[in-house]
Order: sequence, then structure tokens, then C-alpha cells
Amino acid sequence: MNQITITHILFVSTALFFIGMYGLFTRRNMITMLMSVELILNSVNINFVAFNKYLYPQNLDGIFFTIFIITIAAAEAAVAISIIINLYRSHQSIDVDDASEMKY
Amino acid sequence: MSNNNYIALIPLLPFASFVLLGLFGKKYFNKLSGIIGTTSLLASCVLSLYAAYTYFFVFGKVNAVYQKFEVLKFSWLQFSTTTSIDMGLLLDPISMMMVVVVTFVSLMVHIFSLGYMKGEERFATYYAFLSLFTFSMLGLVLSTNIFQIYIFWELVGVSSYLLIGFYFTKASAIAASKKAFVVTRFADLGFLIGILILGFHAETLDFNTLISTLTNPQSAQFLSITSASFFGITALTWALVLVFIGGAGKSAMFPLHIWLPDAMEGPTPVSALIHAATMVVAGVFLVARLFPVFALDVTALDAVTYTGLISAVIAAIIACTQTDIKRVLAYSTMSQIGFMMFALGISKIGGEEGLGYMASMFHLFTHAFFKSLLFLGAGAVIHLVHSNEMKDMGGLRKLMPITHITFLIACLAISGIPPFAGFFSKEEILLAASNSNKLVFYVALITSALTAFYMFRLYFSIFWNKESQAHSEHGEGTLTMKIPLIILGICTLAVGFVPFSELVTNNGIGFHSHIDYLFSITPVTLSLISIFVASVLYKKQNLEPEIISKSLGKFYTSAQKKFFVDEVYLFITHKFIYTLIAKPTAWFDKNIVDGLMNLMAETTAKISELIKGVQSGKVQNYALYFFAGIAALAILFIYILK
Repeated sequence: MNQITITHILFVSTALFFIGMYGLFTRRNMITMLMSVELILNSVNINFVAFNKYLYPQNLDGIFFTIFIITIAAAEAAVAISIIINLYRSHQSIDVDDASEMKY
Repeated sequence: MSNNNYIALIPLLPFASFVLLGLFGKKYFNKLSGIIGTTSLLASCVLSLYAAYTYFFVFGKVNAVYQKFEVLKFSWLQFSTTTSIDMGLLLDPISMMMVVVVTFVSLMVHIFSLGYMKGEERFATYYAFLSLFTFSMLGLVLSTNIFQIYIFWELVGVSSYLLIGFYFTKASAIAASKKAFVVTRFADLGFLIGILILGFHAETLDFNTLISTLTNPQSAQFLSITSASFFGITALTWALVLVFIGGAGKSAMFPLHIWLPDAMEGPTPVSALIHAATMVVAGVFLVARLFPVFALDVTALDAVTYTGLISAVIAAIIACTQTDIKRVLAYSTMSQIGFMMFALGISKIGGEEGLGYMASMFHLFTHAFFKSLLFLGAGAVIHLVHSNEMKDMGGLRKLMPITHITFLIACLAISGIPPFAGFFSKEEILLAASNSNKLVFYVALITSALTAFYMFRLYFSIFWNKESQAHSEHGEGTLTMKIPLIILGICTLAVGFVPFSELVTNNGIGFHSHIDYLFSITPVTLSLISIFVASVLYKKQNLEPEIISKSLGKFYTSAQKKFFVDEVYLFITHKFIYTLIAKPTAWFDKNIVDGLMNLMAETTAKISELIKGVQSGKVQNYALYFFAGIAALAILFIYILK
């Protein structure tokens, strides 16, 4: 039984990142897009923790960053959801393609 | 020397009245504004009489020479340690004389306008403009340096423009004010260039320093200005001729006189003040102010002499044929200013030698009184008849006795009949001319006879000729219109006896002039003959004038058409300036300058049209660009820049 190396973990986080990106680009529903952004953020978190654990076990910097990112993600979710609620009130929809007044 | 700072009040009082009336007059005290303007002018006039008295008789003379004093001088624009533009007041005989003339005539005009302009809607504006003009004119005559004089020079031009165009609902008034402004402005361009040349070589703009350095033949400045030349003519001549062009424009000298007759569109008291007594003599004043420099250069003096002479003759001939009474007076003004100009041109430096200078200033002084009297009298006549044309007048002597008497006095004065003011000054001019240049003398003699003829033609046409058809609704005019006429009439009788030669000379040393009675027989007889001829032709209605004018044929019609000078200007401006310069310039402006701007705008618009698709309004597209950018940067840093 081989040990879990950093490559395995990076593989997981990269997969997570691109799944998030795919979701962000293809879904028109804003809540799904928000969830995809969360996936991207979490893939970054995994990277931070993994690098901290495998490369600099004596430091805690990566952990700190992770905690910061989780906090900011929570705040950002609050902001994003309020934007979505406002969008719904004005457009009766949470489809991003319906909110295209800002084009040229 | 006592404290003379109060002299600054003389120009500042009218300025204060201008600000007050200009800002608040129309809204708050339209009816009162005449009184306010007149009061401030009265104070200014009293101050100036006192200042002139103390200058001439108390402190002005040091060792029998009138000194030049500079009061309240401060530097206004400091360019370098040596060059600056100053502001200040220069007290010398001619500035004191002009201050008295300007404030006095202006006061008379202010009083006259109380009646003449009564009931005007823009009464306060009118008085504000009059005050502005008086302020600028006083500033002009008191200037200590040539740049300060230029500033006030333009200011009088502006106030003249505003007052000519006072009745701005009349198309002819607008055209006249524009014409006056453009013609004098064109002349002022010459003046400005002249100032720059003088200032560049003399290294100063200050009158006193300028004159003292340039009249010293050893000074570096004098050598510099006489050795530099352009087209074979020295810089000194260029500078003086250019300065004189500015003066000729303001003083309506041929061929820049075309604006003056049209300027009669303004209210008549304005014509009396600006276009007869004060502003139009600014050119004479300028030449007199720089006279010691002009005296260095024969060419410039000749230019002054012959321009003045030609203007005097041409204007006198045209005046004989005009039928609008104000235009007759306008041409007469031009002719008299021509007299002053050539008197300056034939003068030399010194006391007796400078007789022409003294005579010119004397004529300026007396002319201001009798010509403003003539204009105010004409104003009273126009007020009664409601027309400027001679044919609508006649037989007015019974309706307006005071105007009649004062007008007669002024006519006698301008014709040079003793003992009226014009006689003394004109005799001095003729005497100076006969002493220096016979050609000038004979032409001047004929012109002065013509003057008597056209003035009495005017007089008889207004007050005699046919029986009056005018019925007077309001009598001769209000008391405020009569008083200035009477005062000016008395002045016209009195000012000839002022011992002018002892007060105003170009080197400050007075001399005792005496009338040479033997000499004055010829001009006076000629004038009397002219008056007699005029009385035969115009005292009773008859056909003689028409027969004579017909027999003169082409000459008469061309004089009536003002020798086609206006047409020549129109021809030149339309055919040459308009088609050869203005049109190509307009084309260049429309197509090249504007075209360049349009090209830039259109290019920008095209490019943005091309790339505007990027701004699709789709959030996911933006996210895609963002990630693509990050990926590109990552590739750049990881693989390419290593």
C-alpha cells in the first residue's frame, strides 16, 4: 500500500478547480455559479493545506491562509446571495443571461 | 512739491460711478443714476480744476520750467529686474490741460444728457458707459508709460463701441459700432507693433525715460534704434509711423477716417463727448506726448504733417456736401483734427520754435469747447425736430433762441472770427505753418475758408432758410439742456484769452505769444467772404445751391459720396481680403482643421465599433476572459520567462 503523496492531493485539488470552472462557465443559474466559485476556493484551500503539510511542516502559514479564505468565502457568499436576491426582485429571474443590460 | 495723491481721485470717481451704476443702476435707481453720474463727475471736475490751478500756478514751475511729475507710481507687471510695466499718474502741462478738458466737457455732456436722454429705458446703462469712458480717457491722458496708455486706449475704444451701439435695436447703429471698433482696432495693431519696437530698442516703456534716452544722441539705445533698419527704413521711423497709425485710427485721419461719420449713430451727447472733444483727439495727444521722439525723425513728422493736411482738406470738402447735420459736424471734427495734426508735424522742439506744438494743443483745447457746443446744439435741434436732415429744419431761430445764439457763437469760433476762441488757436496754427512750410500754409488757408463756408451753410440751413415747419411740443428742451449750452458758449468766448503759450509748450518753458494783426487779416477776410457766400446761398430758400452743385458735376457727386473711400474699402475687403484670404482660410479651417478633428473622432468610433463585442454583458464571458488572462500569465511566467 503506497503512501498518499503530495501529487495525489494536488490531483484532487486540480480536478476540483476545473470542475468548479466548468460549472462557472456552463451554468446559467447564479446559485449554481456561486457554488462553483466555492468549489474553486476550496481547491485552493486544499492546495494550501497540502503544501503546508508536505513542504513546511514546522510552519502554520498555509493553515492561516485557509482559515482566512473560509472566512472571506462566507462573507462573499452573503454578498453574492444578497445580489442574487436583488436580481430576482428586479428581473424575476436568477438567470445571468437575463441580466445583460450592461452590454455596449 | 505738495501731496498730489488726490489727483488719483479724478479718474477713480467716474470709475466708482461706473461700477455702481453698471452693477446696480438699472435695477435699483434707474431714475437717479443721472444725478449720481453727474455728481461724481462734478466732484472730479472741481478736483481737476483745482489740480490744474495748483500745477500751473503753484508747484508746477521749477526755475521757470514746467516739470513732469510722476505721482503714485508702482510697478504693475515686473518682467525682470530692469523691465516692468508701471502704473501711475504723469503730471505735465498737456496732461493737466487734457484733464480739465475731459472732465469739463464730460460734465457738460452729463448735465445735457439729463434732459436729452430722459425717459430712456437704459438710462442707467447710458450713464455707466459715460462714466466708463470718462475714466478711461482720464487714465489715458494721465498715463506714465506707453503701455498704460495702450490699455486705456483700448478701454476708450470699447466705451466708444458701447456708446455708438447704444441703440442696439437699430441695424445701422450696430453696423456703425462694429465698423468703428474694427477700424480703430486695425489701427491699434500698428500702435502695438510700434510700442514693441520702441520698447525693444529703448529698453523702457516709461515716457520720461524713453524720451530722455532717445533724445540723447550718444546713448546706446539711440544708436540701436537708428542703426537697426527694415526695408531700408530705420527702426525709429518704423516705430513712430506705426505708433502714428494707431493715433490716426483713433483720430479719424485719412484713410482711416471712415468710422467717424458712421459713429454719429450714437446718441448726440455721446458724439459731443467722444467723437468731437475727447477721444478723437487721443491721436493728437499721443503724438504730442511722444513729440520729442517724433522730432528726431523727419520722415515720421512729414507723415504726420501730410496725413493731417490731406484729412483737413478732404473732410472740409466732404462737409460742404453733406445734408445730415451730425455728419457735417463729424467731417468738420475730422478737418479740425487734421489742423492739429499738421500743426504738430511742422513744429520743432523749443519755445518759439515749437509754435506749431503749442498751437496744436491750443486748438485742441479751444476745439473741445466749441465743437462740443456745436454737437450739443445739434442735439437740442434734433431733440426738437426728430430728424438729422437739413431739409427738415429751417427757421428754428425763433423756436430755440438760446440754441441759436450759442450755435452762432460756436460757428464764429470755428470759422476763426475774432474774438472767439477758434480765432486765436487757428491763427497760431496758420502762423506756424507760414513760418515753416508755405505749401501747408496755403492749403490750410483754403481749408479754413471752407470751414467757415460749411459751418455757416449748416447754421443758415438750420436756423434761417425757409420758415419753420416744426412745431415745438416741449419747447427748446429742459433747463438741464440749456445750461450746458450757455456755459459752453461763455467758455467759447473766454478760452481764447487763456495765455496758453506761457503754460503749454513742448519743453516746459513758456513764451509770450502775440497775435500778429497784419498776418491775421488774410484768413479772417477769407472767412468773412465765405460766411457772406454762405449767407447768400442759404439764408433764404433759393435755387442757387442746386445750380452750383450741378455745375460742379462729377466733383460734387464724388464729394457727396465721400470720395468713394468707403467703396474702396468695400472693394478691397470683398475682392481681395474676402476672396483671397478669408475664403481660403475658411476652407482650410473647415476642411483641414475641422477635418483632422473629425478624422480622429471617426477613427475612434470605428475602432470601438469593432471591439465593442467584447462588452457582451454576459458575466460568464467576462469570467472566461479573466481565466484566460490568468492562464496566459501563468504560461508566460512559467514557460517563457522562466
